[in-house]
Amino acid sequence: MAAVKRGYFGRYGGQYVPEMLAPALDELEAAYEACREDREFRDELEFYFREYVGRPTGLTYLPRLSEHCNGARVYLKREDLCHTGSHKLNNCIGQALLARRMGKPRLIAETGAGQHGVATATVAALFGLECVVYMGEVDTVRQALNVFRMKLLGATVEPVTSGTQTLKDAINEAIRDWIANVGDTYYLFGSVAGPHPYPTIVADFQSVVGREARAQCLEREGRLPTKVVACVGGGSNAMGLFKGFIDDREVELIGVEGGGLGLAGDDHAASLCAGTYGVLHGAASYILQDADGQIKGTHSVSAGLDYPGVGPEHAYLKDTGRASYTLATDDEALEAFLRLSEWEGIIPALESAHAVAWALTHRDELTSEDLVIINLSGRGDKDAEEARRVLAGRV
Amino acid sequence: MSRLSDSFARARAEGRGHLTIFITAGDPSLEATAELVPALAEAGADAVELGIPFSDPLADGPVIQAAGQRALERGCTVAGVLDCVRAIRARCDLPLAFMTCYNPVLQNGPERFAREARVAGVDGVLVTDLPPAEAGPWVETLAQNDLGAIFLVAPSSTPERVELAARLSTGFVYCVSRPGVTGTRDDLPAELFDLVARIREKTDRPVAVGFGIARAEHVREVCRVADGAIVGSAMVRVIAEAPDAAAAVERAAAFARELAAGKAPAG
Ligand SMILES: Cc1ncc(COP(=O)(O)O)c(C=O)c1O
Repeated sequence: MAAVKRGYFGRYGGQYVPEMLAPALDELEAAYEACREDREFRDELEFYFREYVGRPTGLTYLPRLSEHCNGARVYLKREDLCHTGSHKLNNCIGQALLARRMGKPRLIAETGAGQHGVATATVAALFGLECVVYMGEVDTVRQALNVFRMKLLGATVEPVTSGTQTLKDAINEAIRDWIANVGDTYYLFGSVAGPHPYPTIVADFQSVVGREARAQCLEREGRLPTKVVACVGGGSNAMGLFKGFIDDREVELIGVEGGGLGLAGDDHAASLCAGTYGVLHGAASYILQDADGQIKGTHSVSAGLDYPGVGPEHAYLKDTGRASYTLATDDEALEAFLRLSEWEGIIPALESAHAVAWALTHRDELTSEDLVIINLSGRGDKDAEEARRVLAGRV
Repeated sequence: MSRLSDSFARARAEGRGHLTIFITAGDPSLEATAELVPALAEAGADAVELGIPFSDPLADGPVIQAAGQRALERGCTVAGVLDCVRAIRARCDLPLAFMTCYNPVLQNGPERFAREARVAGVDGVLVTDLPPAEAGPWVETLAQNDLGAIFLVAPSSTPERVELAARLSTGFVYCVSRPGVTGTRDDLPAELFDLVARIREKTDRPVAVGFGIARAEHVREVCRVADGAIVGSAMVRVIAEAPDAAAAVERAAAFARELAAGKAPAG
């Protein structure tokens, strides 16, 4: 392959941002490069992962789901057991340490489900930094509990009323804030999307998930998994898991997008399955758009997957065939939400339920030879209220 | 493109400032936009920047973003804006530049977008989220279609970035007055004058200052050091607050006349 341009994965990625931000991204890249191989930085990261996040997280065998899947051995990587309840804190610890090194006293972030907002508010409290979280007004309603948590943690939550009032609009608003306050503000981006260097930085801090899972699997089973599965919103929990296995060519990497009401209409968030090449939020990737390049509104029962774009490295993995991407509909995710709760005593986040749904809908393809690791990116407490509403009568 | 460079050259020769007015195409309607441009020309604007709305703009403040959202809700498309330009060109010869985000350009095909813009009568294009490092092929496409490239230079731009933007800007260099997105401001920062000087060191191309220019005094002040001023949000707000399209045209023209007074040097 031809030499890849800086910040690109094949033809995906890049830095499509207004000039006002370009110097800030350069500064971020330089700071990250300096920390990347720095012993002291890595030790500090390691320390907080262990003492504050609660790493390593477990790898839990699921007897009933395994039985249901024709005897395939099915495990969950337990990111739901991270402090704050999801994988998002891994990235936030890493980036907050970076912000501290850069001397930035103010953190801003976008959030959809509120998990990244809570994780950012948490590290802001931990390190004594100011924190503003942008959140679409629609999401503040369906994730009201997380709004309260962020406020408890001392953050300011700014509801965003422009556009579709969801995650994409929260990102627009956070970027505008950053443009206006570039000197003292660190934009703590929550996924492997956005302009370079975010996709690389976030994948780095999330790669601990895959590293641990690989070692734990080898120790428990004496072999590598045949398949690893994760849900894909922006793609950070999936990329974190995939990074651990990307060089093990025999391990299948499977990403599951928010299929909403299915691909027949526009009520889904399946950018990789149904999107086309375009530029959104500073990077080229697969996006959901109309013929004129306007971004489409999305739908998913899970706020964290409700995003019309996806990280550029996933776009690249799809095109090269190294990873494959599919979707789970709202109904399939809800079914998985119920099954995992009843069968295994683990209530998953609605986002993660999409990954679990993959096992339920693909059980016919699984055999007793299979060893599957599903990333349980978050716990379901935040979704209890919403699930009670949509599952009315079924529980 | 010569319309654009001629217009800056004329202002220079006459020893006055150059006034560019930004409006969002399609707000309140594309028909109104086609009326607004000739009226602004009449009222003393030297050029108009037409914003092609994008659903997720990054550099726009609340006023322009809301205007873009309204335009999209009314069905504004790139093809519609091109039709609008043709309608404008039947009536007036004012230099016109497009300001938009990259994705609408990309989906319409950069080559086709540039060719059709040229044929319709556009003189220059600014793609706000396409900084020089990403703009290589695009700059060539613009040149092949005789469209002026316009790039942003911001207070935070490093000397290397200033130089690159200045070199690639064949239309004019768009100097961002201060940190932040588009929007109106009360005063102009002192650093602005240093930034214009830094750009001047790198290029003889015209330099126009935008973001936060809202009054005739701002226009006058900016034109002391730069070739021209660009007024955006303040004009978009005047249009937004008008009760109907006819009133929008009338009020926009009146405001443009007010702003144009700032083109003459003080004293
Ligand atoms: C628990 C959980 N999983 C997954 C996601 C989706 O993000 P990503 O695809 O970056 O992992 C979110 C986002 O809010 C989340 O809260």
